[in-house]
Amino acid sequence: MSYTKRIDGRKFDELRETSAKIGVVPNADGSAIFAQGDTIAIAAVYGPKILNPKHQQNPEKGVLRVHYNMLSFSVGERIRPGVSRRSQEISRVTEWALTPLVMLEELPGTVIDVHINILQANAGTRCAGINAAAMALAHAGVPMKELVSAVAIGQMGDTIVSDVTKEEEDYEEDGEKAATDIPIAMLSNSEKITLMQLDGKLPTRKVKEVMEAAREACKKIHDIQVKALKEYS
Amino acid sequence: MTYKVTKKNVVKAVVAGKRFDGRGLFDHRDIEVRFGVSNKAEGSVSVKIGKTEVVCGIKMGVAEPYTDHENEGTMMTSLELLPLSSPNFEYGQPTIESVETARIIDRGIRESGFIDFKKLCIKEGEKVWSIFIDIATINDDGNLIDAGSLAALLALRTARKPVYDAEKDKIEYGEFTDEKLPLNVDKMPVTMTFFKIDDSLLVDPTRDEEDACEGRLTVEISKPGKEEIINAMQKGGEAVLSAEDIEKIMTEATKIFKKLNSLVESEAEKFEKEGKKKSKK
Repeated sequence: MSYTKRIDGRKFDELRETSAKIGVVPNADGSAIFAQGDTIAIAAVYGPKILNPKHQQNPEKGVLRVHYNMLSFSVGERIRPGVSRRSQEISRVTEWALTPLVMLEELPGTVIDVHINILQANAGTRCAGINAAAMALAHAGVPMKELVSAVAIGQMGDTIVSDVTKEEEDYEEDGEKAATDIPIAMLSNSEKITLMQLDGKLPTRKVKEVMEAAREACKKIHDIQVKALKEYS
Repeated sequence: MTYKVTKKNVVKAVVAGKRFDGRGLFDHRDIEVRFGVSNKAEGSVSVKIGKTEVVCGIKMGVAEPYTDHENEGTMMTSLELLPLSSPNFEYGQPTIESVETARIIDRGIRESGFIDFKKLCIKEGEKVWSIFIDIATINDDGNLIDAGSLAALLALRTARKPVYDAEKDKIEYGEFTDEKLPLNVDKMPVTMTFFKIDDSLLVDPTRDEEDACEGRLTVEISKPGKEEIINAMQKGGEAVLSAEDIEKIMTEATKIFKKLNSLVESEAEKFEKEGKKKSKK
């Protein structure tokens, strides 16, 4: 048995309908909303601002802080509001995914707070969050080297697909879970990887194919991010 | 805390392909395993990698299953970075470092199918066994992810179920059956973390080396059949990875998998033999 047709009829390398908009939180220094199919992430950037308490300041470079949060009503069964082990981890990996973009060495003693909230979740929320946050950072006018784009690559049975949905994440063959989820974030120019996670079962020989799919998908997402930024200005 | 000057020297050495203790970049320090660190635990072990030491204890309980997996047992992995093990660790809420490390270790075990959760079901929808994998640091000299994971595997491999009185719905803690945990030994995942310094990669860093690193990629691999399967991956740190880095990591991971996998097998076998000798007396 194999995954020859995607559940929602998309081509294997086709992304869900994607839209992006800049400037959705007037109070913030930068903000953006990024929607990919039913997954919607909203990101707001506050800063760079002086980091208080002072002892947390880094005299050599600025600090980027990410707060990822899923709203309690963004999923089927309500999730308890507030910080969870999962959200702490996602905040951390998102920090690592975004930090290489920003010229933090130009901003000593400061902090940039990035707040990501998931309004509606249908898989790929950390990737949508990263995509929104990259645009929000650009909107805030933070000195940046390049943009970053993220996508969840999946392996269904032994087929590699781009931008998996929740339904695909739960895909089974012969009553066994047969989906592998691989979120990847890639810098737009250097094509270096800033986020990579995996859970499931991926043969090592397929890593190259996954990377290639991620590169293609990230290119498409990058175009959407750039278009939204241009439309705004 | 690692001094800046030490970090600089570490970077200098690693870029030249060298390490302070003379190891190659993909060599591990000596690994030492000791079973039975707590006779109250269903399984327990101490793992030393060089000067790093962690202990892991398996405890089991009976609980209600999750509503979306009514016929499966549950598992929880936690890691305590004990202040006893390093001047860098403090009391208080679990830090993000401990949460992230525990979640990485958890993911490989869960995704690989190493534990047969269906066999941990007592009564569908009502009662299942839950496995607690609790790891604690005794001395931190780097590479805690891999050390913790190794300890978790060995503790699971050697754990015995406690006696459960179904009528009273009570576990007789301290009384053990001969029954092992339902494990698919052929699906056992091995955790390997690759660290990046400048453009070089290395494994099993000491604390000084780890503090000088800009990033890491953890790869958890099992080999249920002919080929290696990645069950979990996680990039950590601010470093970026190139396609070449990933290719190199995959090549080295396959070699390290073999080495660590056979280490676990031989230690588990040793435990079985010695355990049998004891029970004969």
